[in-house]
Amino acid sequence: MIAFEHKPAAHCESGVTSNLLNFHGINISEPMVLGLGSGLFFSHMPFITLHGMAVTSFRPLPGKIFSRVTNLLGVKVKTRRFIDKDKSMQALDRLIAREMPVGVLVGVFHLPYFPKEYRFHFNAHNIAVIGKENGEYIVSDPVILQKETIGYEALKRCRYAKGTYPPYGKMYWIDRMKTQSPDLQRAVVKAIKLNCRRMLDIPLPFFGVHGIRLLAKRMRRWEKRFGTHRAALNLAQVIRMLEEIGTGGAGFRFMYAAFLQEAADILRQPECRKYAAQMTEAGDRWREFAAAAGRKFKNRGEDLCTYDELADKLMKIAGAEEAIFRLLRQTVNSYKP
Amino acid sequence: MKIEEALQEEQSSGNTQLRNVYYALDEQGNYRQVLSAGCKAKHDALSLTWEYISKEAETIRQEVLAGKKSPLAYHIRMCLLDIPLLAAYTGLPKKTIKKHLEAKAFLQVDASILKKYADAMHITEEELKSV
Repeated sequence: MIAFEHKPAAHCESGVTSNLLNFHGINISEPMVLGLGSGLFFSHMPFITLHGMAVTSFRPLPGKIFSRVTNLLGVKVKTRRFIDKDKSMQALDRLIAREMPVGVLVGVFHLPYFPKEYRFHFNAHNIAVIGKENGEYIVSDPVILQKETIGYEALKRCRYAKGTYPPYGKMYWIDRMKTQSPDLQRAVVKAIKLNCRRMLDIPLPFFGVHGIRLLAKRMRRWEKRFGTHRAALNLAQVIRMLEEIGTGGAGFRFMYAAFLQEAADILRQPECRKYAAQMTEAGDRWREFAAAAGRKFKNRGEDLCTYDELADKLMKIAGAEEAIFRLLRQTVNSYKP
Repeated sequence: MKIEEALQEEQSSGNTQLRNVYYALDEQGNYRQVLSAGCKAKHDALSLTWEYISKEAETIRQEVLAGKKSPLAYHIRMCLLDIPLLAAYTGLPKKTIKKHLEAKAFLQVDASILKKYADAMHITEEELKSV
């Protein structure tokens, strides 16, 4: 087995990226990976469905965080996808034989060690394969506290799961470093600028703060459109995305706030700590929204919100996040190292 | 979110094995990692979704027992599959799968196709034929 330090993390992709970078000697925390990957995002896309309902996501497309971070840090990575399933497994074996930890994209429905209640057809989970013993693969899954093992057939099945965003056996690994001491200040500034653009400037209603407003707008009509029961299921799906492993949501707001605290030290900009506090507040609002929504779809308690009130909460969150990113943009735009 | 809040939630969320990493504020206002089972809303969302799935599956099971639908329809629901997804896993046309959801047509499905269904759903062919 490769001497790979398995550190549990809040999110699979930032966790795998941080673990892989640590293995190659770049010591970097998970919030830093999320920040450098411009990983705070929101999208609500009625034209893509999961279990028959619109997809809401709190993260960029799978793979984006990894590629952005490695790009900024000057790390050369390799990514492969395969049509032939067995060839993809052989390629994985060859890399492991060379003592190279490999990140693979898997669908969670078939993951044998995953808790049953989390096994949906969700295809954007990242794990690192770090060894092979007695025909079983040893994997480091950041959302599981210990290392796990998985058989050949099971891993192959996970890597070729079907459905929304099929992984097609995608695997990635760090090939070599362009430089051992990357310029963190430059990287942080660039990453924050990109994150501001992604949250504020995409001229479509589905993404960034516009996406939050679109979700709010659609939510007001759910009950009329879908009936009480399906409206509740739609709300439950949003909350699952909000809180569940892999998609971030409120957890991402707190992690981004942790990144902003680190950024304050790196850039020597004390304002960033203020933005971190505001971001924490936004995260707390998301959690309040989740709690209110939870009471709503479980029909529990006295103070049940209507969909209109939930939508109002979302509109406030959208306003708060827009304000944070506008301020953040001013700070980094005027930043001189 | 403060560290105590993250830990408090653990008690309210009931018996789950899974612990996740969360980032929460300590007394000095710095972020630290904590392990927690996650908040109640998440568990409620999960349980609601599973309740809905098993309720639907039970309805289909009754229909199968009454001879209105084939056992395949029941297993598709249990595996959270739908017709396009099962078509992607088995390589069979969607139209064919749709036909096999009828009790009568399912009896005439040949063994090789049954095997494809069973493989796609991690069950044996015997299990596929029963509910």
